[in-house]
Amino acid sequence: MLLIHCPYCAEERPETEFAHAGEAHIERSTQMGELTDEGFANFFFYRDNTKGITYERWRHIHGCGRFFNAARDTVSDKFLVTYKAGEPKPDLSEIDNQTKAGAKS
Amino acid sequence: MAKPLKLERAHPLGDQNFGAPGISITSVRGGYRCSLRVAQSDISAVSNALGVDLPQAPKTSARSANRVAMWLGPDEWLIYDSKANPIDDLKNINALCSAVDVSHRNTAIEAKGPLAAEVINAGCPQDLSLEVFPVGACSRTILGKAEIVLYRAKADTFHIECWRSFAPYVFELLRTAARDQSALAVR
Repeated sequence: MLLIHCPYCAEERPETEFAHAGEAHIERSTQMGELTDEGFANFFFYRDNTKGITYERWRHIHGCGRFFNAARDTVSDKFLVTYKAGEPKPDLSEIDNQTKAGAKS
Repeated sequence: MAKPLKLERAHPLGDQNFGAPGISITSVRGGYRCSLRVAQSDISAVSNALGVDLPQAPKTSARSANRVAMWLGPDEWLIYDSKANPIDDLKNINALCSAVDVSHRNTAIEAKGPLAAEVINAGCPQDLSLEVFPVGACSRTILGKAEIVLYRAKADTFHIECWRSFAPYVFELLRTAARDQSALAVR
């Protein structure tokens, strides 16, 4: 079973306790009324659907109930790092090197 | 004149229980529960009113007499009391909190015996070894298809809280697992 690290419970928990909640770091405009239709569609409907490393929101719905963010590789389904909601995107270069080093050994 | 109706709340499990060598599964009737949300600034005031210190570390609980406060999330607790309703202690406090009486939303099942952890693991994917889930540990998690709150009261005793409509499913899953685990252990 895939284990996901919950930053609020501070431990790895089974995947079935979690729910995926879409792309992370999408900022809601403070001036929603001034958005054009195209701008609103970009904010509301369009997502990147990246192949490779993506930033996603996850919710520990059958655990602490909190939303948090995760960097996940959509090709390997590997979670590179998880971090609390509201925190900035983490620097993945160091984690990336560790992953590469791990792959070589 | 017609006799007044005497209404009685139907318990989803009644007095069901199941026992096999190494494990017993028992429906726990009664008890009071409170779903509690408190901001960091009001934790000490609410703790004083409840007479139990709300635990602030993940997966931990605090106990005093008949009352257990279980950590569910960073600002969320489940209070279980076998004798008195915790809501009564929160009526007149001077602190901001959300306390909802869920005494009848939930029902409890107790799994007891040396096989208890194995039986619960039939539907719950968490590590229930004593090192990772010690006595006093609690967690909201899943059991098969139902959400439960699991609390380890003693090394071989687990208190399982589930919603009353899920109770027949949870009990049946535990009963089947208990039958199988017990048969395997005896063999």
